[in-house]
Amino acid sequence: MKSKTLFDKLWDQHEVLSLEDGSSVIYIDRHFIHEVTSPQAFAGLEKRGLPFFRPDQAIATMDHNIPTTGQANPVMGAESGLQVSRLRENCAKHGIALFGMTHPMNGIVHVIGPELGLTRPGMTIVCGDSHTSTHGAFGTIAFGIGTSEVEMVMASQCLLQRRPKTMRINIGGKLSVGVTAKDLILYLISKLGTGAGTGYFIEFAGEAIRLLSMEGRMTVCNMAIEMGARGGLVAPDEVTFNYLIHREFSPSGEQWEQALSGWKLLKSDDDVVFDREETFDASDVAPMITWGTNPGAGIPITGTIPDNDLKALAYMGWNGGEKIMDQKIDYVFVGSCTNGRIEDLREFASYVQGHKKADGVTAWIVPGSKKVELQAREEGIEEILNEAGFELREPGCSACLAMNDDKIPAGKYCISTSNRNFEGRQGPGARTLLASPLTAAAAALTGRISDPRRSVIPTKFGTPSPTTKGDE
Amino acid sequence: MTEESRHETEDTKELLNQHMSFEPITIITSKVVKLQVDNIDTDRIIPARFLKSVDSSGFGKNLFHDWRYRPDGSPDPEFVLNKPEGQGQILLTGKNFGCGSSREHAAWALYQYGFRVIISSGFADIFRTNALNNGLLPLEVGADTLALLMDMHQANPSAPWTVDLQSQQLTADRQLQTAFDINPFRKHCLITGSDVIDYLASLKPQILEYETNHPIK
Repeated sequence: MKSKTLFDKLWDQHEVLSLEDGSSVIYIDRHFIHEVTSPQAFAGLEKRGLPFFRPDQAIATMDHNIPTTGQANPVMGAESGLQVSRLRENCAKHGIALFGMTHPMNGIVHVIGPELGLTRPGMTIVCGDSHTSTHGAFGTIAFGIGTSEVEMVMASQCLLQRRPKTMRINIGGKLSVGVTAKDLILYLISKLGTGAGTGYFIEFAGEAIRLLSMEGRMTVCNMAIEMGARGGLVAPDEVTFNYLIHREFSPSGEQWEQALSGWKLLKSDDDVVFDREETFDASDVAPMITWGTNPGAGIPITGTIPDNDLKALAYMGWNGGEKIMDQKIDYVFVGSCTNGRIEDLREFASYVQGHKKADGVTAWIVPGSKKVELQAREEGIEEILNEAGFELREPGCSACLAMNDDKIPAGKYCISTSNRNFEGRQGPGARTLLASPLTAAAAALTGRISDPRRSVIPTKFGTPSPTTKGDE
Repeated sequence: MTEESRHETEDTKELLNQHMSFEPITIITSKVVKLQVDNIDTDRIIPARFLKSVDSSGFGKNLFHDWRYRPDGSPDPEFVLNKPEGQGQILLTGKNFGCGSSREHAAWALYQYGFRVIISSGFADIFRTNALNNGLLPLEVGADTLALLMDMHQANPSAPWTVDLQSQQLTADRQLQTAFDINPFRKHCLITGSDVIDYLASLKPQILEYETNHPIK
């Protein structure tokens, strides 16, 4: 039998029809829905008189435009309020499970899918959100789609797609202490470029990936889209299975054993040839930070701001040729589907424990879900944050895309654990510096861009380490 | 072509004609708007704060909002859409257009402003699909051709260019003719003003059969 990549195995398993022109009709196992990219799809479905084909395979949440304080009595603009109420109506009408604001399972769509065991190895998963690639960390084909495609999945549980090419990125070795999954993916994007993945589906492999927790793998796959890739995946292993067992919607008992035996087979064949292959060494990766206006603009924290992109320099208000270290920051945002999980909050808390937030820094610590929020409270993270001058907010996408009131003012610098530093992404004129939760913590304490390796202090959560295993 | 897939295509065409989602494209002859910036992301095309609608209309006025308007809301006279050469159905732009967020609002905003064709040396995957689903032709040319087109536009910014979708030819300023690729099915959709939702819904028998053989674990 011909050798195959894991991606191609999953694609073939989900192919309902193979068309003459090379396109495929692909079956979608899981469809996540949120308030911003779904209303037009629901309306389109009704206009055509089509039923919602498989409501049991859809899960809805509210995350993009909701406030991250006072959710019990939310203060929202009329338009956001309408999107939220429209989602509630649409889900009720079509019998779709909805985790609305304040629901104990509410959260950012790419945080709740995995933490509830709704995301499982071998699945095809879509959502009207580009960071759906996150779910690839579990060995799934997961990718973002537009609203027309949301409607297609609602109508048929299928999509018409061209098979992407395959790329494998091997990362050998180990990440150094103080260097995280976020630094790794920022490093990869800086080396390969924001368009390198266009037309490809990426498999992340190698020792450094195997050593990552599920949270870390999710951070890496999350930003595969920032390389332009259709998605990114990691073959499942014991780390994956240990993460999934006993989750709310994970299979249990006999069904778990059955599922597990199938999941263990999910890997690329040893002798398979990818369309493109890249190899890196994890020990080359330093804490990374972006200086410019796309996610490919990452440099080591000890690096120099390049002088070749005048447009980006003008937007960021920087001079090329200067060191990025010690530049002043105004805001800190910890959260998003990239770094809003419990491990991220643990890292941040472990760094700021026993210290104080710098004066003049505004910090928003936004858990990725209600469960993360609760866990942060139970583990004592909230207390540590409060003592250090930070507060834990309620879950949502928040300042990652600034659809709600969590906007960075024009001209202000925000060190952000999110995924995009595009012009205006965090608010008109906002200047975003993408970094890891540890680097964000270091900056929060000094008010300046700081190297988190300068002072890594052992705490009750242990020394922040890239090889920390997931939250069993 | 196999018997089955031919049948598939004919069925498809019939179904596709049931819903006209946008104006069909056949031949577009228009002035060209040049926005020579690489990696224009969908947050640039339409910022997130303008996505708070439950309708799919009304996005054209916010196209390229934060370049197009000053912080006080007045049009920025320096931005191309606010200049006389900012009108046209063809947008000529830099590589990796439409990267970032999957928001289909970006395609809606471009279409509703009046664009029907975007010429670039590369499009982000999700944007390309969104464009095709909304009557917007992502016309991809090689990097060298794009550079040539940028120069030609510089030399004669008001010259009309022609995009003939049927013959898959772009004619720039009557001087340069270049062929472009497009998936035949997507081409058919653009020429007939139709989309693929009804086609997929029509596959119910095959989908049900697939489901029987592939229970979700």
